[in-house]
Amino acid sequence: MSFSSLLIMRHEMLLLAMILLLIAGEIFIPKHKKSSLVHLAIFLFGIQTAVGFLSLDTETLFGGSFRTNDMIHLFKNILNVGVLILLLQSADWITDKLIGAEKGTEFFILLFSSLLGMYFMISAGDFLMFYIGLELSTLPVAALVAYDAGKRKSSEAGVKMILSAALASGISLFGISLLYASTGSIYFDVMAIEMTSSNLSILGFVLFFAGLGFKISLAPFHFWTADVYEGAPISIASYLSVISKGAAVFILLILMFTVMRPLIDAWQNMLYAIAILTMTIGNIFALRQKNMKRFLAYSSIAQAGFILLGLIAGTQLGASSIIYFVLIYIFSNLAVFGVVQAISNKTGLEHMDDYNGFYRTNPMLSMVMLLGLFSLAGIPPAAGFFGKFFLYTAAASQGYYLLVFLAVVNVTISLYYYLIVLRAMFIRRSEQPIPSIKNSLYMRLGLALTVIGILAIGIYSPIYDYIHSISSLLN
Amino acid sequence: MDILSLFVVVPVITILALFFSKGLKQSRMIAMIGSLVQLAMAINLVFAYVKERAVNDAIMVFTRDLVWFKEFNIHYAIGVDGISVALLTLTAIVVLAGVFISWMMDDLPKEFFVSLIVLATGVYGFFISIDLFTMFVFYEIAVIPMYLLIGIWGTGPKEHSAMKLTLMLMGASAVLLVGILGIYFNSNADGGALTFNILEIAKVNIPFEAQKLFFPLTFIGFAVLGALFPFHTWSPDGHASAPTAVSMLHAGVLMKLGGYGVFRVAMFLLPEGAMDWSWFFIILSATGVIYGALGAVRQNDLKYINAYSSVSHLGMVLFALLMLNKTAWNGAILQSLSHGFMTALFFALIGMIYGRTHTRDVHKLGGLLKVIPFISVVYVIAGMASLGLPGFSGFVAEMNIFVGAFQHTDMFHRVATIVSISAIVVTAVYILRVVGLMLMGPVKNEEFKNLPTVRWYEVTGILLLLIPITALGVAPLWISDMIMESIQPFIQGVIQ
Repeated sequence: MSFSSLLIMRHEMLLLAMILLLIAGEIFIPKHKKSSLVHLAIFLFGIQTAVGFLSLDTETLFGGSFRTNDMIHLFKNILNVGVLILLLQSADWITDKLIGAEKGTEFFILLFSSLLGMYFMISAGDFLMFYIGLELSTLPVAALVAYDAGKRKSSEAGVKMILSAALASGISLFGISLLYASTGSIYFDVMAIEMTSSNLSILGFVLFFAGLGFKISLAPFHFWTADVYEGAPISIASYLSVISKGAAVFILLILMFTVMRPLIDAWQNMLYAIAILTMTIGNIFALRQKNMKRFLAYSSIAQAGFILLGLIAGTQLGASSIIYFVLIYIFSNLAVFGVVQAISNKTGLEHMDDYNGFYRTNPMLSMVMLLGLFSLAGIPPAAGFFGKFFLYTAAASQGYYLLVFLAVVNVTISLYYYLIVLRAMFIRRSEQPIPSIKNSLYMRLGLALTVIGILAIGIYSPIYDYIHSISSLLN
Repeated sequence: MDILSLFVVVPVITILALFFSKGLKQSRMIAMIGSLVQLAMAINLVFAYVKERAVNDAIMVFTRDLVWFKEFNIHYAIGVDGISVALLTLTAIVVLAGVFISWMMDDLPKEFFVSLIVLATGVYGFFISIDLFTMFVFYEIAVIPMYLLIGIWGTGPKEHSAMKLTLMLMGASAVLLVGILGIYFNSNADGGALTFNILEIAKVNIPFEAQKLFFPLTFIGFAVLGALFPFHTWSPDGHASAPTAVSMLHAGVLMKLGGYGVFRVAMFLLPEGAMDWSWFFIILSATGVIYGALGAVRQNDLKYINAYSSVSHLGMVLFALLMLNKTAWNGAILQSLSHGFMTALFFALIGMIYGRTHTRDVHKLGGLLKVIPFISVVYVIAGMASLGLPGFSGFVAEMNIFVGAFQHTDMFHRVATIVSISAIVVTAVYILRVVGLMLMGPVKNEEFKNLPTVRWYEVTGILLLLIPITALGVAPLWISDMIMESIQPFIQGVIQ
């Protein structure tokens, strides 16, 4: 192994270097200039994101435990873009609340460590690397969830998160060991060949799936979601619902379509039930939420249910529509979270009724919210419509018409609660509306990027074509 | 840029221009100019179409096909025939009239005109699409602005009505989506590639089992927008709460999407399914016709009366389409056009009356003919057209529908036809009741004596709608010819 082959770990290396740089910055930058750390971190991560788009060879390292190809590369880029937007949107919050409390650097270090874990998880070539990545991606987030140390709810959420995460990863590990027992290997390539449908392997798969189901917050592993989102700082809730979920979906997609492919008959039935359950539970609980973060938590559960439609198909069409959907979902959800964060930063308000009459004082922010919610609800010309349509198409191509029907019924239900937010913002009047908010340049940039994403990804079809051509690497 | 894509591009440019406008004066000017250009394009299209048709006998002319998502074989495919040309013209006229009627929209004017023109964009796009996916995209774009239009600028229980309308129509579009996917995945039944193109799919013999399964989904998906009984309940509430221009556009244009989709997609692509299911939907639509008419008799709110009358008239359109023959279909399209102008005119007049008297209750109004003669006379004319008086558009349409319906000689069709015809009598009852209560007699309220007269923008709006109603009634043949020859290829599958 030459040094040059380490270059295929470019993402990981750069991120690690960035973490070290930030630590150095924490030590050497004098106290009254600490806020420059935020600019530094965003600048460095901007470079990281940009460099990520350079092409990369297909190779494996460490005897097959680390691998990369164009698809994995794309996954990392998608996550990078998401994190970059997230950082832009959170810059104000970090400057105002964290830097003063001397917690700014740690925030970045924890966040980037978790992202590093996701890189390794996605790039894993065996279950050992996968598990290390999974843990590394979860543990720092638990600390971040509890970051609002002054708030009881935040600490409580942190504890909830770490306990359920530990349980989930334990169950997942047990599942992995059963899979090892049935195939005699932990390498994905070998397992894909050795895997046969037996009770042992199916049990192993189900337990393993529970662990990832927790991260994606599929029903019935979703119970932590609403409480944790509500307690966590908004940036972290956003990170959990967008980046963390996206990464878990990506690795699940890889595993289901390669290693678990021989068990397809078993998991199609299972996913059928879980998809219906997840969409319905997410939607029904979202209907009555008044706190924006809880509301978005349930909405993100429901959205996860739709992703399963593509998984069930088990075809290349399914794979490409999932990747496409996750990409769109990242932009749409970040748009909504961004607006919620902008409001919360300036006023501390998170209740839906506080949004009454918001359009008349803040037309731009309301329009971003409108686009984000339309995209989540799947209304054209927002990209979400295309993402959902292709997922339905993938499921219908395998004859799952009933499932598609239930999904579209769920979309109609979800439209109701998305419209409730818009009703508050656009239709209702308020005696004391939220005053006009002046956003920083970072926040504006963060929101503008999401708007561009929502409008462009759907209508501009080459993006989907590229994803489709990449997704052939799964087979 | 081809002549059809402009129908989408011009509204989009208008919307962008509106975003940079300030205040009522600028935004209404931009909206008016945009709509005027649109109307000019529509009239130009009529002449271009007649010229093109003389040399080109393809089903659709001015076609254009661009690949959009090649993996799914989704194209941006557009083209028109006589029917879409007629409906495009209807849309352009009603939109322009709507802009004039909203001349004094002082609450959030920019946003109002933006939403109105987004809606119009969806409708234009829908009428020119010949690709199911594109069509569906435009369908949703046309429906969703209704939520804000009713919610923000509406009256009465507007939040409830807006939500009910949006959810019912989006629910219907969800059902429709399953139907469209069903059609798509059966479009390779003859061994070709999967396609969303309507003309391509029409050549394929979709298996009977699939037709039977997906026809009702597609039919209901579209027909809810055409106020199919018992899914019409969104319509009275929605129309009653909506601001004037939105009621006009919605009843006048948007509801036509339903009937258009039914024959362009459901019946054209799934003819065997249509024949198999027609009895069931005939019962529903005939019920809708008579139920809507009776409902209108019982109402006292002018807008509710017209909303129920729309349910009745559009039930007639669906009923005619289900008769599955050329004469009735011709009647259905003419009825769509005639109802589009007529009902838009009604809602415009109601808006003017309400704006002056601040009530829509027929019992509180009275003797308006003496105080606002122009509006009252036009109201009587619109009423006469609505009850199918010869010389107006309604008569030609209904005549065609019932002549077509009587071509079926069996008992079931006869009974259904007679039930539907009887609605005409009921129509006369509710129209004349309103005319009698509201326009005739002594002036009920002293305050009515000094109501302001009509303004120039109101007159313009009225005339825009009144002229086509009379033109269609007096000289229906040229448009009827245009429609007839376009129906031919569509009816073939059903007749065989």
